[in-house]
Amino acid sequence: MKRLGLSGNYAVAYAVKMADVDVIAAYPITPQTTIVEKLSDFVANGELDAEYVNVESEHSAMSACVGASLTGARVFTATSSQGLAYMHEVLFMASALRTPIVMTNVNRALSAPLNIWNDHSDAMAERDSGWIQLWASSAQEALDTTIEAFKIAEDVLLPVMVNIDGFIVSHTYEPVTLPDEGEVKRYIPSKPLTNRLSPRLAYSVGVVGPPEYYYEMKYQAVDAMERSRQRIKEIEADFNRRFGKDYKDINAYYMEDAEYALLAMGSMTGTARVVAESLRRRGERAGVVSIRWFRPFPFERLAEILEGVRGIGVMDRAVTPGGPSNPLFVDVASGLYGMAERPVLQSFVAGLGGRDVSTDEFGMMFSKTKEAARSGRAGPCIYVGLRE
Amino acid sequence: MSTAFRTIKDIPKEEYFAPGNRLCAGCTAATAIRQILKASGRNVVVVTATGCVEVATSYFPQSAWRVPWVHIAFENAAAVASGIESAMKALNRKKKSDERIHVIALGGDGGTFDIGLQALSGALERGHDLLYICYDNEAYMNTGIQRSSATPYCAAATTCPPGRLSSGQSTQKKDLVAIAVAHGIPYAATACPSYPFDLMNKVRRALDVEGPAVLHALTPCPTGWRFDTDKGIDLGKLAVMTGLWPLYEVVDGVTKLTVQVPRREPVKRYLEVQGRFKHVKDEDVKRIQERTDLLAAKFGLGPVRQ
Repeated sequence: MKRLGLSGNYAVAYAVKMADVDVIAAYPITPQTTIVEKLSDFVANGELDAEYVNVESEHSAMSACVGASLTGARVFTATSSQGLAYMHEVLFMASALRTPIVMTNVNRALSAPLNIWNDHSDAMAERDSGWIQLWASSAQEALDTTIEAFKIAEDVLLPVMVNIDGFIVSHTYEPVTLPDEGEVKRYIPSKPLTNRLSPRLAYSVGVVGPPEYYYEMKYQAVDAMERSRQRIKEIEADFNRRFGKDYKDINAYYMEDAEYALLAMGSMTGTARVVAESLRRRGERAGVVSIRWFRPFPFERLAEILEGVRGIGVMDRAVTPGGPSNPLFVDVASGLYGMAERPVLQSFVAGLGGRDVSTDEFGMMFSKTKEAARSGRAGPCIYVGLRE
Repeated sequence: MSTAFRTIKDIPKEEYFAPGNRLCAGCTAATAIRQILKASGRNVVVVTATGCVEVATSYFPQSAWRVPWVHIAFENAAAVASGIESAMKALNRKKKSDERIHVIALGGDGGTFDIGLQALSGALERGHDLLYICYDNEAYMNTGIQRSSATPYCAAATTCPPGRLSSGQSTQKKDLVAIAVAHGIPYAATACPSYPFDLMNKVRRALDVEGPAVLHALTPCPTGWRFDTDKGIDLGKLAVMTGLWPLYEVVDGVTKLTVQVPRREPVKRYLEVQGRFKHVKDEDVKRIQERTDLLAAKFGLGPVRQ
């Protein structure tokens, strides 16, 4: 096993190389670009035998990926923010046509104003696109999750988006252990799937689905996503066994006896853990919940983890203007609605457009959540760090 | 290199485009596709942009396509085709597949001249080995005859209607072949299903070349152009015989006329049989004739019959 100092983006590129992809179609956008730069190096040096398609836009990147994937080839792309938004319509086609594309989305704020820094508004805007969404919060996790993503995508025949936080994960160098290449090959053998565009089959793909058929066709993709819950669990267990890891749908820290907890996604859960540890030292029963699979949303296990917890602070890094609350909060709230004794939920918005969230601010979120837990009543959404 | 079609006996009997599709009576795009697939044979995948042909041939649970066919969206036929071509190249090279498949992308004028132009330019610039065919019925016929940038000067469409202040389309049609040729591609040509041998031989030559090829086919539309459904082929011939639609090919940058027109018909004959030009005034006809004369001079067509 080789240990390298890699940025999150480079870690992703190494995973894609190990997956021996056949086609990469990508367009540069900050902070994703170093992924596809590294991949083009691998191709240029003959370290990765793939067709590298320098498309003229993200719309064409995703379109080329769908076309390539239909031939049974293994396909990868990466994007961020405006690039993901530009792919929007094709994302729905990728999932409905059941193309197992793997894409890294390096999370970045959506314009305007133009902002290259991290938040989750890009991925949240695509949460209904039918893509599996996984979130990785370190370079090592980015590498491992990308390898898993190929296995999941090709097993359940749905595209998988692996999200990593822009700059915080994408550009931070960390020690990364490369898994054994032979073991990766055995885990995800690079063997083409059925070529749905073969003249031997002469299929028509992407047809007109009139009202008598569209509903059932759409439902097949919905059903595939539902059934993927169990398969992802099994695939992840297999991954953990083979590579000595412990990945789960939800990471729970100090939740065994927690009275209250903060719930978030991505790299900020690291800061939340540090703050929770210091609260624990002061005798507080604080915990942290980090959602790793956002689609399919693991609401059943979330309810199990939150059994007996009195208050949850949900930290969104995206907003839903005019909605009942923000995207992660809404999912958590509706996911927990069936619980006999539900925790009180306090909504927070923090870190939009790359705004730092300090440990003091995390302390404030914990204390507001505790207040809500004790009083049994949550206040309106708190915009953390917003200047008046 | 495949052999040229010279007589009707050379044309394969196989029909890869099934009858009974939902295209309008008299649709010459359907005639063009029938000819294209006879020329390509079955070892092909057709990527179609959203449009008349797409919706009228793939209405589930029926399909008119007896070859592999895929539609993803309106503006991305060339990008999807790029992905397929790249994937097959990788799979062939990596010995994961031994299938050798031609890739044809097919878009209407809206999907080519307007919304799909960027994706087309990208695909041509990158040099994919594919054939892009534009079936040009000179407006957004699928959504009900709205103007595109391929609609000819003075033609009526529902978004450029003639009126007190308008004589229909106020702009000139883009020169698609010139745009394609500007990418330095090895093959580009015009075609019309009224000249089946010309069209089919161009498809063969386009598929034979390594790299991108573009075929721009004029496909008269009885519904949008407002003419009798049995007149489409005649109208295509008239477009060629007036000089409005010169049939030529550009091989490695060298232009060659493929159908000579020794005596041109006046454009008036072409305009007066179509409802979409019913409103044109004499000065408009004169202007169209003058512009056609310039085009004819460029391609070395003969003078107008007096």
